[in-house]
Amino acid sequence: MQLTHNMDPEKMEQDRIYRDMGLSDEEFEKIKAILGRRPNFTETGIFSVMWSEHCSYKTSKPLLRKFPTEGPYVLQGPGEGAGIIDIGDEQAVVFKVESHNHPSAVEPYQGAATGVGGIIRDVFSMGARPIALMNSLRFGPLTTNRTSYLFSEVVAGIAGYGNCVGVPTVGGEVQFDDSYEDNPLVNAMCVGIINHKDIQKGIAAGIGNTILYAGPPTGRDGIHGATFASDDLAADSNKDRPAVQVGDPFMEKLLIEACLEVIHSDALVGMQDMGAAGLTSSASEMASKAGTGLEMNLDLVPQREQNMTAYEMMLSESQERMLLCVKAGREQEIIDIFEKYGLKSVPIGRVIQEKVFRIKHYGEVVVDIPVDSLADDAPVYHMPSREAEYYQAFQQMEVDTPFVSNYGGTLKQLLQQPTIASKEWVYDQYDSMVQTNTVVTPGSDAAIVRIKGTDKALAITTDCNSRYIYLDPAEGGKIAVAEAARNIVCSGAKPLGITDGLNFGNPTNPEIFWQMEKSVEGMSAACKALNTPVISGNVSLYNQSKGKSIYPTPVVGMVGLHESTAHITPSFFQEAGDMIYLIGEARNDFGGSELQFIQNGKYEGKAPQLDLNLEAERQEKLLHLIQKGALQSAHDLAEGGLGVALAESLFQNKKLGAEVVISGDATIELFSETQSRFLVTVKPHNQAAFEEVFTDAAKLGQVTAENQLIVTSNNETILQEDVAELETLWKGAIPCLLKSKA
Amino acid sequence: MKVAVIVFPGSNCDRDMFHAAGEIAGAEASLVWYTETHLLDSVDGILIPGGFSYGDYLRSGSMASTSNMMHKIQEHAEKGKPVLGVCNGFQILTEAGLLPGALMRNKNLSFMCHQEELIVEDNETIFTKLYEKKQIVRFPIAHGEGNYFCDEATLKELKDNNQIVFTYKNNPNGSVADIAGIRNKAGNVLGMMPHPERAVEALLRSEDGLSLFQSMIANWRSSNAVNA
Repeated sequence: MQLTHNMDPEKMEQDRIYRDMGLSDEEFEKIKAILGRRPNFTETGIFSVMWSEHCSYKTSKPLLRKFPTEGPYVLQGPGEGAGIIDIGDEQAVVFKVESHNHPSAVEPYQGAATGVGGIIRDVFSMGARPIALMNSLRFGPLTTNRTSYLFSEVVAGIAGYGNCVGVPTVGGEVQFDDSYEDNPLVNAMCVGIINHKDIQKGIAAGIGNTILYAGPPTGRDGIHGATFASDDLAADSNKDRPAVQVGDPFMEKLLIEACLEVIHSDALVGMQDMGAAGLTSSASEMASKAGTGLEMNLDLVPQREQNMTAYEMMLSESQERMLLCVKAGREQEIIDIFEKYGLKSVPIGRVIQEKVFRIKHYGEVVVDIPVDSLADDAPVYHMPSREAEYYQAFQQMEVDTPFVSNYGGTLKQLLQQPTIASKEWVYDQYDSMVQTNTVVTPGSDAAIVRIKGTDKALAITTDCNSRYIYLDPAEGGKIAVAEAARNIVCSGAKPLGITDGLNFGNPTNPEIFWQMEKSVEGMSAACKALNTPVISGNVSLYNQSKGKSIYPTPVVGMVGLHESTAHITPSFFQEAGDMIYLIGEARNDFGGSELQFIQNGKYEGKAPQLDLNLEAERQEKLLHLIQKGALQSAHDLAEGGLGVALAESLFQNKKLGAEVVISGDATIELFSETQSRFLVTVKPHNQAAFEEVFTDAAKLGQVTAENQLIVTSNNETILQEDVAELETLWKGAIPCLLKSKA
Repeated sequence: MKVAVIVFPGSNCDRDMFHAAGEIAGAEASLVWYTETHLLDSVDGILIPGGFSYGDYLRSGSMASTSNMMHKIQEHAEKGKPVLGVCNGFQILTEAGLLPGALMRNKNLSFMCHQEELIVEDNETIFTKLYEKKQIVRFPIAHGEGNYFCDEATLKELKDNNQIVFTYKNNPNGSVADIAGIRNKAGNVLGMMPHPERAVEALLRSEDGLSLFQSMIANWRSSNAVNA
């Protein structure tokens, strides 16, 4: 190892070793121009990780600029560990989503666990206490042993880490589709609460100040993880196992408590976690943001293994490590705090005026790079984009209304589709209640956590129907944001903003880049219409394997604010006698629908279209009514349409039923996935107040005390099912699929 | 009543316990870091919260059970001071030998988190005075290793001495005799897997745990009144 890493720069260029690190010939030439000489092995490694897609966003940057990132309440937009939004009373909410897809495909338990650990660090490094975790997961169909293994282990990894670290996992979403068979997606989101005065930035400011390394020693794990994440997943990806890190949630718990104590010390200047590209990215970014330089001595870095090279130390992604900038002369105060928690922290360098990134090892300067070149000079690529051929074909396609003869049977089939079925098997493994703030536990449209010491609460959701985005990236992108907002609004909260987890295939394919471009445009349009700026996010590209790309999956993580816990509204029916209303008419929208998949085994045709003005208007009216206390329950219509929404509204052990009357084509009414629709219940005495606001809502019927779902059309009962039986099927579907594979 | 909530490295329900016993139930609660053993002298009760002390490495609760803090707690327990261990706290109490038996992995080998119905088997303890006998209460559970086990002789002893305080109505984890919580013979040490501190506010869907803290406080008040 030592020998290789001391490779002669000239030979490295001749043999084009940099290509193995993910750098192109042009990028290598650019590095030579920046340095005015050939980079050595370690420097090449540093450039390669900092210029990887994962750290530099070199292909996605031109698209990310399209997102609206500002708003009156935005305190911190994209660029720091996580975004921050003001929620009043000198408090703010901090949140971000991050992907850990490639590691989870290779080593699902640790891949998922360290994904959770990383996103928690992003939040507490801002000075916030992490109060909730969410996730968004994608797997292949639960019909193979490998998928069952990936699914079970990812869930166990999230549980294993989140439960131990004491941050509740309050919700999330899981979908299953062929396109994720070899390339599962694991996106984790963390939400934190912060007092304005505690907001930290990851900066290394103040010439002469000390750079402090905190946390467990550095090992050889996760080397080049960022590069690994920035390439297609190879068929022999097992060899990349060493690029996957191993998590220690106990260490993270200690680190959280220590860091949250450290932020109250005015000896602290800045703090950042060592995430992707470890010491390299945290140190160089902290200096770059502060307009300073850094000098570090690697001999001082705590090491877990012997004879580590500078290259290995700089690129290691060993977990649960933080980098701090501390006022010179006051190091001991901070060291003492870490010591209380049994954590080691050591000075490893200092801030210098000269804007260089200078690393010493065994008394020699092994890295000497203009610090801004790592963050600012990364190439930006404007990739060619081409409208996908499949899309053109889908746009020409007329999707017929599916033929349904047995409505009850079709509803049962839909309820057992893994994407629709109850995810209780998943979320029961998560501690969703620790910290005693969880008002609405997993399984509702949005999770709700109250903010202790106030009457406020936060609503949190993750959403992304990637089938629509595949069929029509622009419309699908709009729908992803709108659906997240629907979930927030139905819970009674006002949407504040989003974090985006953009998961796509290989961007060098013009059709993939077109998917990225269009979905970002669609999301941006919806963010503007619904006043939800993008405050943080993550880009994960090259999610493809064996030439097959995943469906474009830009996950939306949205947070909303309940000004009062009195506004919290359930998504399920409450009381017999309540009147059931449907807001929004159904059209023949079956492109990308669950029913289309059940009948044809594929998704095709046009995605449902979304009118953003109508969407915004309905959401606003709904929120107004909820805050006035006029609604008993509110649930948005999503996969499986009205039929599934009705059934879901009854699955809460309340022994309730519903009798509804529909008009028009029964298949369209019950199963179409037309957008911007809501199922609400109203107490009879609020009928007038409701109808005054929603003049065109359809009164479907009422909640009953019989545990039956009864649907009548043209004076004929077309569906009559026992709710308990429907619920058993819905709850049993995923455990049943897992068992049959075991 | 002054109560100490013990914070071991890796405890994660410490602030929840502090909130429930202090801010909600009205005890004078303080968080006590595991090295501050001297602070126990001035409190009237000791609460060992849930979490993953020392990462639950080796075995749940085993490392914490050998700490100086646990030795000190044992001394106080022997003098009759009330000690409540919840979840990881229960595991620590069994590992330390303050309560009999052991907590094994759940029957289905998975972590589980949801509300469960419990039966109050004994309402004559200092922790359960304000409950009715056989009252059904709803407490959340959140554990991977909550499957209570003891041999038959110990079980007989637990039964003979009325040491079984809570049982599960629908046993979720395989515990022997549906045991959810037990006390020591003297009655001043209670260990339980379900979380009473997570059930003290209607907003969080159950207030059934409040009576447990209130029982403890009421008991302290009455015994103090007698002493005074």
